[in-house]
Formats: sequence, C-alpha cells, structure tokens
Amino acid sequence: MQQAVIPKLILMMLPMAIIFLAFFLVPMAQLAVVGASGEQGLAAYASIINTPRHLQSMIATVMLSAVVTLAALVVATIAGLFLVRNEFPGRQTLIALLTFPLAFPGVVIGFLVILIGGRQGLVGDISKALTGDKLVFAYSMVGLFVGYLYFSIPRVILTIMAAAEKLDPALEEAARSLGAPTWRVVYDIILPALKPGLIASGAICFATSMGAFGTAFTLATKIDVLPMTIYTEFTLNANIAGAATLSIVLGVVTWLALFIARSLSGSTVAASG
Amino acid sequence: MNSNTSVQVINCGKTFEDGTQALQPINLEIKGGETLVLLGPSGCGKTTLLRIIAGLETLDAGGQVLFNGEDVSHLPVEKRNIGMVFQSYALFPNMTVRDNIGYGLKVRRQSLADRQTRIQEMLAMMHIENLAERQISQLSGGQRQRVALARAIAVRPKVLLLDEPLTALDALLRERLRVEIDTLLRSLGITAIYVTHDQSEAMALADRIVVMSNGRIAQQGTPREIYQQPSNSFVADFIGTANKINGRMTDQGFEVEGVVLPKSILNVVGGNSTSANPIQTQAIFRPEDTEIVSQDQAHFNGQVASTFFMGDRTRLLVDGISESPIIVETTFKQEISIGTEISIRIKDQGLMLLPDELIEDLPKEIVEKTEQ
Ligand SMILES: Nc1ncnc2c1ncn2[C@@H]1O[C@H](COP(=O)(O)OP(=O)(O)OP(=O)(O)O)[C@@H](O)[C@H]1O
Ligand SMILES: [Mg+2]
Repeated sequence: MQQAVIPKLILMMLPMAIIFLAFFLVPMAQLAVVGASGEQGLAAYASIINTPRHLQSMIATVMLSAVVTLAALVVATIAGLFLVRNEFPGRQTLIALLTFPLAFPGVVIGFLVILIGGRQGLVGDISKALTGDKLVFAYSMVGLFVGYLYFSIPRVILTIMAAAEKLDPALEEAARSLGAPTWRVVYDIILPALKPGLIASGAICFATSMGAFGTAFTLATKIDVLPMTIYTEFTLNANIAGAATLSIVLGVVTWLALFIARSLSGSTVAASG
Repeated sequence: MNSNTSVQVINCGKTFEDGTQALQPINLEIKGGETLVLLGPSGCGKTTLLRIIAGLETLDAGGQVLFNGEDVSHLPVEKRNIGMVFQSYALFPNMTVRDNIGYGLKVRRQSLADRQTRIQEMLAMMHIENLAERQISQLSGGQRQRVALARAIAVRPKVLLLDEPLTALDALLRERLRVEIDTLLRSLGITAIYVTHDQSEAMALADRIVVMSNGRIAQQGTPREIYQQPSNSFVADFIGTANKINGRMTDQGFEVEGVVLPKSILNVVGGNSTSANPIQTQAIFRPEDTEIVSQDQAHFNGQVASTFFMGDRTRLLVDGISESPIIVETTFKQEISIGTEISIRIKDQGLMLLPDELIEDLPKEIVEKTEQ
C-alpha cells in the first residue's frame, strides 16, 4: 500500500513541479543572479536604501498599499455587513455591480480615474462650475489611491460577505442580552468573527496594490511606485541589474506581508492580481 | 435582590414582515420567582413569545410587556436586564469559558476584582471550575450548556429566559441537567420562563405550564391541572396519552353507545358539571386509569390488537370499543396474546369530560383531529 502511493504522488505532482521549476524557481534564481551581476555585485541589493529615488518609491508604495488596504477593509466591511443583513429590491444587481471592477485591467481603471479626476474629468468640470477652480487629482497620489481602492473593494467585499453570512445571529443576541451596546457587539463579537476574512482579503489587497502596474502606468506622471521604478530602470535606463534587485525586494516585501497575515489568521492566503 | 420580578404580557401579538401571524394577541402573567414553562408543538410560537419578552422581537401594535408593573415594551434587549440561554448555547467562540461568563459583568463595567469573584462563584455553582481557561471548542455539549447558564445568571438578571436549553443533549444528560436546572432555579428564586416541546421536561420543571397551539394559549395551569383536567382535546392529546370517546351526558352518567358509565368514575376537578348535558359529547381517559377486570365489573369489552412490553408495565391496544383502538396499561406479569378478549374498567375519577368546543375557534390541527 505505502509503496504504491509514492509513484502515484510523484506522477500527480509532476506537472506542478515542472511549472514551479520552469516558471518560478529558474527565473527567480536568474533574477537574483542578474541582480547581483552589475558593477556593484551583491551590493546592488542595498540600492533600495542607498538610492534615494528607490527608497522613496519603496516607502510610497508600501504606504499607498497599506492605506488602500485599510480603506478597502473599512468600506467593504460596512457595505458587506449591510448587504448581508438587508433585503431590498435590486440587492443582487448591486452586488454584481460592486464586483464589476474585477473584470477590468489596470489600464482601464486608470482611464476611469482620469475620466473622473483628470484635466477633462467630471470632478474638474463640476468644481470649476462651483468654485471657479479646476480640481484635478488623477495624476497625484490621490488618483492612485482612488484607482487602487476601486479595484480592491470587490476583492474584499466578497470575502467579507461570505464570512458575514456565516455569523451566528444568536451570538449577537446573546451579547446584547448580556447588556452589550451596539459598538461592543461589533467590537467583541462581529469583528473577531470576521477577522480571518479581514486578514485574508486584506493581505490579497495589499499584495495586489504593491504589484499593480497598469493603473500606475496610465496615471503616473508625478508619482513613482515601485513597479513603475522597475519599469523605468529596465526600459529607459537599461539598468537590468537594478531592475532585478528591485523586483526581488518587491517580491520579498509582499511575500513577507502575506506570510505575516497567514500566521496571524492561521488560514491560507494567496496573492493574486 | 432582583429575584422577584413579575412579568406581565398584555395583548402581545406578533405578525412577521412576510405576513406570518406567529402569535395571536396573548395575555399572560408570571409571578415573581415563578418558573413558567411554555410548552407546545413545533411552530406554535413559543420562541416568538420568549423573544418578545426578551426584547429581541418587536410587538404588534397594542401589545405591552411589563416587568414588575413597569412598561419595558420600548426597551431594547440590552436594557431589560434579562438572562438568556439559547438552544444553540451561543457561547462566544473567541473567548475562554471565564471570559464568556464574565462578559456581562465586563459590559456593566464592574471592577476586575468583583468580576473575578462572581465568575469564581458561577464556576463553582455550575461545577466547572476546572474548565475556566478552556476554549469553547474544547467543551462537550453538557459543559457548554453549563457555561451558557452560568453566563446568563452571572449578571443577576431580573428574569431568566431559556429556549429549549436541553434539546441538543442526549437523553441521559438531559435528565441530569434538568434536575440541576430545577435545583438551581429553586435555590435562586429567580423568575424563569422556560421553553420546551418536551412534556416530561415541562412537568418536572414547571410551577405552571402554558400549553400553546398555533400562536394561542390552549391552557395554562399547574402540571397537575394540565394533566388531570385538560380543558380541550388538544391539550389532552399533547400531554400524555389520552383515549377519546364520544357520547353524551345524561342524568345517570356518560352514555357511550348504549353503555352508561357511572358518575363515580367522572373526574370533577375542573369547572365541568356532571349534570345532564346533551351537548356534552367528548370524554377522555388515560391508559393508566384503566384496569383489566372480570366481565361483570367491566365498562367495555374488546380484543387485544397489539401489545407493547415496557418493562414495568404492558401497553395494550384494544379493538372493538371505539373507532380507534383504546390504549390500556396493565402491570400483569404474564404475557397477553393478541386476540384475547378482555374486559376493561375505568378507575374511579378516571374519566374526564372535555368542555364543548366551538369548532371554528380551534386551531386547525384540532379541527382535523375532531373530524377524523
Ligand atoms: N423571522 C420570521 N419570519 C417569518 N415567520 C417566522 C419568523 N420566525 C418565526 N416565524 C414563524 O412563526 C411561527 C412560530 O415560530 P416559533 O419559532 O415561535 O415557533 P416555536 O414554537 O418556537 O417552534 P419550535 O419548537 O420549532 O422552536 C412559525 O410558524 C414560524 O414559521
Ligand atoms: Mg423555538
């Protein structure tokens, strides 16, 4: 019995192993080697700290991703709880609409942000009519934030809704019967129950934002997020070693965030996007 | 102490948003310190009534709930100072046993020292001191129910509300916990409302039972009254086993197909008179109120259709007396074979007259039964 299992296991894991080797391990190893192959050698990895432009871009990317993640969690938790707990006409359509952005590539989302907050954008027109000043935010950090939030919310809201549906209403009633006001019920009962879902979807949200390129590429005129910096180093400056080191650093930071999230929630979290 | 809060339910009806009328306007009074059991079949509105008293369900217009004469209808559950025990226990999975029991105290902002003392007291009262630091997932069903009880009682509620707290447990444990709950309620002297569909649980725990059917009160009274003097055939059927016979009341007694059952066997505990009443058509008797006798003493004769040996007694189904078989119980040690002709006598005071019932007033299931 025992012996029969092993060949079968090898056979079944073979495709996965080939993919992992061919498209993950080998390129990663190569990336790491390339990163260290420049004039500076291994010291290139320190560039993220030594080069102010790289460091700034790293900090900006992490900050942006963190803020987007937090905002997405807050907005999606409130909306998700509301959607699960209330029946109203058009509810299903609204849920379908909320998940719409999942279908868009980053470029389209960037385009949408320009349509709203760009130089010819809706907000600009309205603010001009009202105050005489044209409000343009699409090409700043705010524009990125709006775009990232836009594609992050659906990823979070579906997870939150699935978790909220599994909440036992008797738990909340029990807490209330013991005298707990609403905010305590939320803090003591609902949030702990949603915690695994919040961590899982928050981690995905963070990882996606760290690596998002399309939106940044469409919008970025003044901002450098890390994927943009990598692109610039690679195509414009032909600094292949620099691009490789930054890629590795981006990967490690994101992986670390996912790892921390996973150990916090105890459940498996996968990065996507 | 809060132990003597009385509860008054005035005109409390409940219609859900989808139009289900779960509760007809009900009036009910629960004395301070009393244990009241709401008993009835599934879907009759027990939980709805309990949740209305708790403040977890809104009332139809015109209804009122009073605690100690004070209107609490508009207070939400968290302001009513009740204790609630749920069928599913509803223990907080993210807290230990200790934190579960202490939750109500923490919410009330009691000092840590007071909380610890009270928690210790509750742990000791429920015999679960050794479980204090456990997670809820590490507890058995019986242990969970103890924690749920401790948590509800810890806050010294005015009224303790229990919704089928033992239904999820196996028979042996149910029996044991029932005895414990009974002792507990009596020693605390707390006003308690206990929902169950299990009549033996109701009998054992209740000071007073309210039998419900289709959103109405079918009868209320002490367990003894409910059992010995059911006021309609629904209650008679639901509580214990009842043989129903049709006949009419004459000056001599209750006449069933030519046989006159003497007045001596009539139970007159309730308000029913034994005077001639041609409209009086229904009477019931319990299996344990029958005896097998020689033919000259018999009220009825019939043939044994089937027998069920129950250890301490044998239950017989007897054909040939009424349309449906009559159920009789005997403590005879010998086996009685099927087909045996037997003579049956109803013991003195064993026959209960059911009051006349206007059929359209009755819940549907009774009408169906009557029509059979
Ligand atoms: N939220 C609700 N919406 C609509 N109808 C409901 C709702 N809750 C209960 N009902 C209906 O109200 C009636 C009474 O329900 P209730 O839960 O009070 O019964 P119960 O006596 O507790 O039954 P059980 O012994 O099965 O728990 C039932 O017909 C039920 O279907
Ligand atoms: Mg119920």
